[in-house]
Order: sequence, then C-alpha cells, then structure tokens
Amino acid sequence: MSIFVDENTKVIVQGITGGQGRFHGLRNRDYGTKIVGGVTPGKGGTDVDGIPVFNSVKEAVAATGATASFVSVPPKFAAAAILEAAEGGITFIVCITEGIPAHDEAITYNRLVEEYPGVRLLGPNCPGIISPGKCNIGITSGDIALPGGPVGIVSRSGTLTYQALHELSQQGIGQTTCVGIGGDPVPGTNFIDCLAAFEADPETKAVMMIGEIGGSEEERAAEWIKANMTKPVVSYIAGVTAPPGKKMGHAGAIISGSKGTAQAKMDALREAGVFVCANPTEAGQKMVEIVRAM
Amino acid sequence: MDLFEYQGKQYFSRYGIAVSPGDVADTVEEAVAVAERIGYPVVVKAQVKVGGRGKAGGVKLADNIDEVRLHAGNILGLDIKGHIVRRIWIERSSDISKEYYASFTLDRPNKTHLGMLSAQGGVEIEVVAEENPDAIAFLSIDPVRGLDIETSRRWVAEANLDEVAREQAAQILVKLYECYTQGDCDLAEINPLILTPDNKVHALDAKVTLDENASYRHPEWEEYRATETEDPREKMAKEKGLNYIGLDGDVGIIANGAGLAMSTLDVVNQVGGSAANFLDIGGGANADVMASALEVINADPKVKVIFVNIFGGITRVDDVANGVLEALKRVKIDSPIVLRLDGTNAVEGRSILAPHLSNKLIMEPTMLDAARSAVAFTK
Repeated sequence: MSIFVDENTKVIVQGITGGQGRFHGLRNRDYGTKIVGGVTPGKGGTDVDGIPVFNSVKEAVAATGATASFVSVPPKFAAAAILEAAEGGITFIVCITEGIPAHDEAITYNRLVEEYPGVRLLGPNCPGIISPGKCNIGITSGDIALPGGPVGIVSRSGTLTYQALHELSQQGIGQTTCVGIGGDPVPGTNFIDCLAAFEADPETKAVMMIGEIGGSEEERAAEWIKANMTKPVVSYIAGVTAPPGKKMGHAGAIISGSKGTAQAKMDALREAGVFVCANPTEAGQKMVEIVRAM
Repeated sequence: MDLFEYQGKQYFSRYGIAVSPGDVADTVEEAVAVAERIGYPVVVKAQVKVGGRGKAGGVKLADNIDEVRLHAGNILGLDIKGHIVRRIWIERSSDISKEYYASFTLDRPNKTHLGMLSAQGGVEIEVVAEENPDAIAFLSIDPVRGLDIETSRRWVAEANLDEVAREQAAQILVKLYECYTQGDCDLAEINPLILTPDNKVHALDAKVTLDENASYRHPEWEEYRATETEDPREKMAKEKGLNYIGLDGDVGIIANGAGLAMSTLDVVNQVGGSAANFLDIGGGANADVMASALEVINADPKVKVIFVNIFGGITRVDDVANGVLEALKRVKIDSPIVLRLDGTNAVEGRSILAPHLSNKLIMEPTMLDAARSAVAFTK
C-alpha cells in the first residue's frame, strides 16, 4: 500500500499553463498519475496537451471528481491557491512553491486546520509525493523510484529525497511511498504525520527519514518514534558542517544559538533507536542491509 | 535579513512604536550636528550587527559637543568582533526606571506566533529563560486571529509589568505585533523596553529580522539591502540571484537544493576536505544560473577545485550541462571542475558534456566518488 495517494487518486494541477506547472504536470501524467484537469483563472475551456483547463478549483472538481491538487503557482499567489483548493473540495494539496512569506504560511496552515480539518497540505517548498508505479505528484523524477516497497521515505529536502530514492533503487530496494515535506518553517505535513502513516501501512516495513538543521521537528519525531514506532528507521541529517546563524538555503534551515544543530538531532534520533548515518550513501547501504535481513 | 538598530527603530516608527529621538551619522561632523539638534545628553551607539557593543566601547554617553566629538571619533572605525563600525546612531539619552523585554517570533513546533514578555529586560533573554523562566510570560497567538488590545492588557498584567507602565506597554505590544506581521518580520524584539521616571514607556533598542521571501511586497526594504555589509563573494552572488554563503575552505561547491548543498559540505568534510562555500542554485536553475554560479566560485581566490553536485528534479541536468559549457566559454575557469550529475534528464546532460571531459573537467558516478576526487585536488 501507499500513504496519502494511490493509483486511483485524481489530481488537478493549479497553474498548469505556467512553465513549471505544464512541465511537471505532463511528466506526472506520463508517469501514470491520473492528472484529470488543470486550473488557471481566465483560461477555462482550453487544454494543455489534452488536459482540460478550468477557471477555478470548484469547477475542476465538479467536472473531474479530483481529490488532490498539485499547486505550482508563484509565491505571491500560492497561499490563495491552497485555500481555493481546500474551499473547492480538494482533500490533499501538494504545494511545491518556494519563497512563500512565513506569515502567509502560518495563516494558511492555521486556516486549513480551523476551517478545513479534513484537508492535508504537503509543503510548501517541497518536491511532492511519489508512490512508485502508482502516483507521482510534484517534481520528483519518476525513473529514480522503484515500485513494490518495502521502504517508506520522508524527507525535508527535495534533492536529498531524490538521492535517497536513487540509493535504494540502484540496490533493487523499492519504496512504498516517498514524501518530501519541504524545508519551510511551517510545513503542512510533518515527520510525525508521515511516520504514523508508514507505521500503519502494512506494506511499509522500514522507514528512511532525512532531516536537516533548523527547528525541532526531528527531535519531536524522535520522541514519537521512541513511543510508537515498531518498524526500523534509518536517518540522515544534513548540515553537520553548517555554521550557526546562516540560513542554509531553506527558510527553515538555520541554527540559532545552540538550537537546531544536526548533532542534537542525531543524538535524539539515536537515543530513540534510529540508525543514524553520516551521509546519504551510508544511509542507503544501512537500509539495504536491514531490508535484505528481513 | 537582519536590520541595524537604527533601521529597526525606523521600522518601529512606521508602526507607531515610540523610540528615543535620534538620527544616524557617518562622520564626526554629522554626529555633532545630530547631537546639537536633538539636545544633550546623548548616547552615541555603534551600528553593528553583533552583540556586545557596550563592552567593546561601542556605546558612550555624551554631555556636550566635545564629548560627542571624542566618542564619535573613537567609535567610527572601531572593530567590534570583526565588524568595523561605519555608521553611528545618536539619540537623546533616557533616564530609566525599569527595563522590560518584549518580542514576537514564529513558534515553529506549534505553528503559531509566540510573544515573549518579561519585567526583567535589559539582559539577554536566553539568560532569563535559563535562570528564571517564570519571569517570562509566553503568549501563543493564532496567526488568523492576531493580537487584540484586551489580550495584550491581560498579558502585561500576567508579566507583572509595573502598574503605571501597563496600558502603554499593552498598546506598544499590539503595535509591535502589527510591525511583526504586516512588516513581515521573522523576529521583532525590544530589549529593553523602558519605563522612564516620568512614567513613559518606549523602545530603547530594536532587533528586527525581515523575512526576505516577503520582499516583493516591501519596496521600502531596498534601503536596508543597500547597507548590508557582506562578504564580497556573497555580494557578487546575490547580484546574480544566487543563494551563496561564504566559508573558509578550498573546495568550491555548487549544488541544487539546500539539502543536497548542505549534504555536499558534509560529505566533502567527511573525506578530509573543506568547503569554500555553500551554493544552492535552486530549483529550475537554467544554463545562465549555472554559468553565473561557476563565475562566482571562480572569483574566490581560495578555491582550488569546484565540485558540481546536481540531482535533477525541477532542475534539468541538460540545462546544467549547457551552463557548464556556457561558463567555460564566457570566463576562464582556473580550477578543475568535478561533476556528479543525476536525476531529471541526466542521460542527456552527461552526453552533452562527454566530448568535453578532460583532466580539468571530470565526471564521477556518485556523490562520494566526486567528493573524493575533488578533495584530492586540494592536497
């Protein structure tokens, strides 16, 4: 099984007529994802390579029965697009947009929780989600993922998500689902959400968790793992050599004072029984070992 | 982006938060003119983005024109922990009865805003939090609802601010919250917020960090950007729209994605090398961005080798490959380049570069191999 999406998930692309929305939306469709429509205000009635375009999410949902949306719009419009998706009846929103102001994210997150409690937001500033062979929403290159499980992947970083997929696929180890939660300060979906879903998914036998400096999500995940997780977890944390006080690319990746260091995160995870590795390759090898021994 | 104290105070003023009357000066003569205008006694304060100015001699009281001249002369050009003072802030000296602390920041675990208020200001809040955590009144604020005056009044009472200060402080906190939210701050901090002997409350210091993702709706931030004293390498990178942080090693790093870039620094370190920089060319980088990245790294004299680590997602590896060729045409790259290319359109990208490979343009199959190969050039 997969988490959050599967082969039947119907997806619309908000911003499908933009360069990135078009490129990745079509790639997702080529992968086999049920991309059933697109939304661009003012362009309703047209199509993008056969995918019908609607003026609003509401129209798109009514016409297609979509339950998921891939939001690929500029930062200025992203918060409104996410809320429009929730308002329009979408229950799983993947937002890849990078550069949304933190205050917009905080308001959007809390409005979703308060007004649309059944809606899950993945991202913003994330690579999306892929259930190999079933569904790919976002910017992950489908050919680096391998269907069939048994590993679930959750990661704060986009490119390190690809790296993790690549390390496993090359060794013939498949994935159930790979979730990129994104590197922003207010992610819609966090490590614990994904760990809990993987723990509950019978086909996922082990989980790879990739974190990075900043915030305390990894420490919280460690506590959760210690209390609830029965499946093995392998982890890699990026940013051991990152200097304090500098935002390492992601808005959320900053060591402030003694908080948010890679070392503290690795210690917390190790203490929770997680296999903590020094680099993505080592993490891949450790996971291969664990899966082969099953 | 961190603001200087004077910029923070000017930013506070936009939102109606009372600060001491003052102005900036870049020369002794300007300092004298400001002091003569606002009246004595004045405080002459070094404008540097680093703590501990007072101890370093960067904050002085002046009772007359001669003292202003003396202190301004001493402070301008002073080196405070590696930060050279180029600008000073002159403000009317305030008599202080009480010092409080107030700030707003994002509470990441709870995804709300966090207000911190304390009757024990004027010292580092981390120290208060450590030694006397009960002295801080924390307030969790729902970003959708915001902070109203009633809540603010209850909060100042809870924090045990002096009775005479409470109503003014409550008003200031609402304004500070407005500054924090509408002003798109990551942090808005007043330390100290003072009560004067004539029972007035105002901000004596200002610490403001702006969220650069919001710069598109704040044209007024342009002037703050102009005064950013940064590493010349970082300045050049910023002009080219690159996400660059200068470091001290000799392996130049170009990667796509913050996580992979961080991981690249870690891996270089693990195989015995040291990175000269962090550089994330970001999602969707095209040939031109790649070429600019190589130019920026090439301009760093410490760099002995350039490690290009790309895992294409939104970034297409063929674009990256074209960027490398473009850069090689545009500028003379002195250092050898070691590449590792995977992901979206990797096959196309590798074949674009294949005819150009040499002992100065090297392709490696994995991230670890590439790190080892790059670090070997520095030994």
